Amino acid sequence: MRKHLLSIDDLSVDDVTTLFTTAAEMHDVQHRQVKKLPALRGRTIINLFFEDSTRTRSSFEIAGKWLSADTINIAAKGSSASKGESLRDTVLTIAAMGVDALVVRHPASGAALQVSQWVDASVVNAGDGTHEHPSQALLDAYTLQRRFGGPGSLAGRHVAIVGDLTHSRVFRSNVLLLTMLGAEVTVVAPPTLMPSGVGSWSREVGFATSYDLDEVLPKADAVMMLRVQRERMSGGYFPSAREYTVGYGLTRDRLRVLGPDVPICHPGPMNRGLEIAADAADAAQSAVLEQVSAGVAIRMAILYHLLAGEETP
Amino acid sequence: MSDTILVKGASLYGATTADLLLRDGVLAEVGPGLSDAGARVVDADGLVALPGLVDLHTHLREPGREDAETILTGSQAAAVGGFTAVLAMANTSPVTDTAEAAERVLDLGRAAGLVDVHPVGAVTRGLGGEELAELGLMHRSRARVTVFSDDGRCVADPRVMRRALEYVKAFGGVVSQHSQDPSLAGPTSCCHEGELSGRLGLPGWPGVAEEVIVARDVMLARHTGSRVHVAHASTAGTVEVLRWAKAQGIDVTAEVTPHHLLLTTDLLAGYDPTFKVNPPLRPQEDVDALRAALADGTIDAVATDHAPHARHDKEHAFVDAAFGMLGLETALPVVASVMVDSGLMTWTDVARVMSSTPAAIAGLEGQGRPLEVGQPANFVLVDPAAPLTVDRDASVSLSRNNPWHGRTLGASVVATFLRGVPTVLDGALV
Amino acid sequence: MSAPPQEPPATSAAADAPEGRVVLDARDIARALTRIAHELLERNKGAGDLVLLGIPSRGVPLAHRIAARIKEVEGVEVPVGALDVTMYRDDLRRHPARSPHPTAVPPGGVDGRTVVLVDDVLYSGRTVRSALDAMNDLGRPDVVRLAVLVDRGHRELPIRADHVGKNLPSARTERVMVRLEELDGIEGVWIR
Repeated sequence: MRKHLLSIDDLSVDDVTTLFTTAAEMHDVQHRQVKKLPALRGRTIINLFFEDSTRTRSSFEIAGKWLSADTINIAAKGSSASKGESLRDTVLTIAAMGVDALVVRHPASGAALQVSQWVDASVVNAGDGTHEHPSQALLDAYTLQRRFGGPGSLAGRHVAIVGDLTHSRVFRSNVLLLTMLGAEVTVVAPPTLMPSGVGSWSREVGFATSYDLDEVLPKADAVMMLRVQRERMSGGYFPSAREYTVGYGLTRDRLRVLGPDVPICHPGPMNRGLEIAADAADAAQSAVLEQVSAGVAIRMAILYHLLAGEETP
Repeated sequence: MSDTILVKGASLYGATTADLLLRDGVLAEVGPGLSDAGARVVDADGLVALPGLVDLHTHLREPGREDAETILTGSQAAAVGGFTAVLAMANTSPVTDTAEAAERVLDLGRAAGLVDVHPVGAVTRGLGGEELAELGLMHRSRARVTVFSDDGRCVADPRVMRRALEYVKAFGGVVSQHSQDPSLAGPTSCCHEGELSGRLGLPGWPGVAEEVIVARDVMLARHTGSRVHVAHASTAGTVEVLRWAKAQGIDVTAEVTPHHLLLTTDLLAGYDPTFKVNPPLRPQEDVDALRAALADGTIDAVATDHAPHARHDKEHAFVDAAFGMLGLETALPVVASVMVDSGLMTWTDVARVMSSTPAAIAGLEGQGRPLEVGQPANFVLVDPAAPLTVDRDASVSLSRNNPWHGRTLGASVVATFLRGVPTVLDGALV
Repeated sequence: MSAPPQEPPATSAAADAPEGRVVLDARDIARALTRIAHELLERNKGAGDLVLLGIPSRGVPLAHRIAARIKEVEGVEVPVGALDVTMYRDDLRRHPARSPHPTAVPPGGVDGRTVVLVDDVLYSGRTVRSALDAMNDLGRPDVVRLAVLVDRGHRELPIRADHVGKNLPSARTERVMVRLEELDGIEGVWIR
C-alpha cells in the first residue's frame, strides 16, 4: 500500500488481499477480552470530520484505539471557509500538532486528495463528497467475501448495487473494488440518479447498468442498497417516495425473489420503508450488522498497514 | 509627448516587412528603409507586428479585492501580454453599476497608464438579475460605457434580458452575456457534465446550460433587433447556435477564451482548483469545434476572462474554491500555438480576432486600427520563433492561479506600444 | 508497500536446500524434539495443564510435533495453539508492515495453565519478549516456559530458553536457516 488511502484506485489486488488477511485477524481480536494491540502505540490519529458521521467516525476511532494509537476527533463542521480560512490553512494547523494520520471526511469530492498534497501525515479518505469511500467498500467486499466462503469467493458473483448512484461515494468505491475482485456488478437506478457519462465509464471499468430492478434481482448473489435522501425529491430526481419504493425499493415482495442466502448490504443509515423494507433490513440474510463489525476490523487493517511499518519517505 | 521611435524591420501581420516610425502617438511613417534620424531605434528583425490587442473580458478585481489584482497590476499584466486596451468586468465590490463607479475605474486605468481600461457596466443593479442598472447614465459618463455584463452571473430572467437588449439600442450598447442557465448549472456546478464529472463526483455543468441561454438570447436579439455578445463560448452546441443565428442575420457576436481553445476537462482529474473555471473546461470535441469556429468567423474574438484570485481563495476543496484563471499574459502565446502554429489562422486573422473585431464590438475608437500611416501607434511585437515557457512566479499579476504554469507556448510578446510609448520592451515592463 | 502475508511456499518450489552447512538433519531434529518432549514432561511432572503455543510461522509445526511425541509417551492430547507476535514486535517501524499470522488459543485458554512457547530459533530474544506481551493480552498462565529448536546466542534481552534442541555457537554475520517439511517441503537446519 502507498502512504495514503484515498481511492480504491490506490490499491492492487495484492493490497486488498493483505488488508483482508489482516482484517480477519483483527476480527478475532474483537472477540477477545483484551481488545488491544500495541502496534500503533505512540502514533497519533486525528479523525478530521467536516461532515457529520457517527458510524464511520466511531468505527475509525475504535480501530485506532484498539491498535493503541492516540485517536482524537475534530469536528470541523460549519466549514472554516465561511470564517475565511482556507481548507489548506485548517489542515496545516491541525497537522502541525504532530499527527501521523488524518482520517478525513469532507462534503466536497476530492478533498482528501487535496489534503494529502498539503500534509506529511498519512491521509485516509473517510468519504469525500460524492466521490469515494474506500474503507466502506473494503468492509462491504470483506463482508460479502466472508459470506461467500473466504478469499477469492467474490469472483463471478453477481452483485447488484441499487439506489442513488449519482450522489453515492459508496457506489463509486464499491464498483471499482468489486470489479477488481472479479465480481459481476450491475448498478440499478432510475435514469435521473445514474451518474453522468455512466455508459462509457461502465464499459471501461466493466460493470452493467439497468433501470429495471426486477430484471436484475433474480440473478443477484448479493444486493447492496444505497441510501436515498428525501431531499432529492425537491431536486426533481424522482417524483415521490412512494414511486421510488415501487420502482427501486427492496420491498417485501422483492425480498421473496431473492434466495435465502443472498446477503443484503446497506451502508447505513437506512431509510426504512423507502429504499429498504423493514423485513429486508431485519431479514436473516441481512448483512447490515456484520458490515458494522467488519468495519472496525477493516479500519484496523487500514490503519495498521498505513502506519505500523517503516516511515514512507 | 513621446519620443520619436523607429521600429526597424518588423513583419507587419507576419506578411510584409517594414519599418514603423512613431511620432506624437501615431504611426507617422510606415515603409521599408525609413531614416532613423533623431529617432530611438527598436530592432524588430524577425518580429511580427500586430495592432495592440483588445481584451473584451478582464477581471481587474479593483475595487474590492486588491489582494488579488489591482487596476495597476492588471494593466501591467495586460501590457506584458501585448494588450493596449482591456474591458474591466463589473463584478467588483462595489459593482460597477453606476456612472461614478465606472468613472473611477476609468480614472484608475488612466493613472496606471499602461493600457486603456474601459469599464464594463453591470446589466442589473448589484448583479442582482432583477432591476436594470443605470445603463444610460453609465454610457453618458466620462467612461462612455458601451458594453454591459453581469459576468460571473447570467442575466437569467428572459424579461430582464429582453429589456436590457432593447434599452441599450438607444446608444449602441451591447450586452455581453454570461450564458449559464442557473437551473441547469447552479452555483456549485464546476465540472463539465460527462463521464469525468460522474467519476469524480463533481457537480456537473452541462454544455446545454450554456446552449439554451445562447439560443434564447439570439432569439431575443432577433426579436428586439438588438445586438448581443456571447461571452466565453465553450461548447460545440453554442457554435452551432451561433452559426445558425449568423446565417439568419441576427446581430450576435461571440468570444472564446484561450483556455477553452486548449485546455480540456480531463485536467480536473486531480481536483486542482487551478483548473476550476466558469464555464468549465470542456472535452476535446468542444475544443476542436471552438477552434474551427474561431477560424471560420463564427466566433468573432478571443477574450481572456483573466480572473485573478488570491491564493487562499483557491486553496479550498474543489467545489468550494473560486472560479477562474489568469490569462492576460499568455493569451497571444496560446493563440499562436493553437491557431497559428496549427495553420488554422494567419497573423492577420489573429489581428482580427484579438484586436480589430473586439475593438469594434466594444466600440473603442483608436484601438484595433490597422498598421497604417496616421493610425494610433498601438501595436505589439511578437517573436514567433521564441516559445514562451510559463513560470507562474514570473507573472506580474498579483495572483498565481495560472493554468499554463510549466507549459511551453508558441510565441512570446516582445514589446507593446500604447500611442507611441513603449509599455513593454524585451518582454518586460518599461 | 506492505509485504504480502507470509504464506508457506509451495512444496515443490521450495524443496531446494538452502546454501550453507547442515547443522541438523531431519533425524537430528526428530531426536531433539523427542528430547524436548521428555524434558517438558519431566519438568512438568506429566502433561497436566500443559499448553503448547507455537510462534508463527515455524514454531507452530514444531509445537504440533512436540505434542505428538507427548501423546506417544503419555497418551495425553496436549492442547496446541499459535501465538502471533507481529503486532507486538519492537521493530515494527523498521520494516514494511506485515500481515499478522493467525493467533489460535486452544479451548480452555491459558489462564492458570503451564504455557510452553515454541519457536525455531532463539537469537536476540526480542520475539520471545513480544510473545510474552502478546500472552499478557490473552490471559494469565501460571507458568510460561520456552522451548526452541536452536539457540544461536547473541541475546539482547535477559531471556533464556528452558528447553533447547541444539546450542549452536554462531557469528552475528552468519545466518541460521530452519526448514520444516510441513512448511518448506524439506527438513533441516543450515548455517551460512
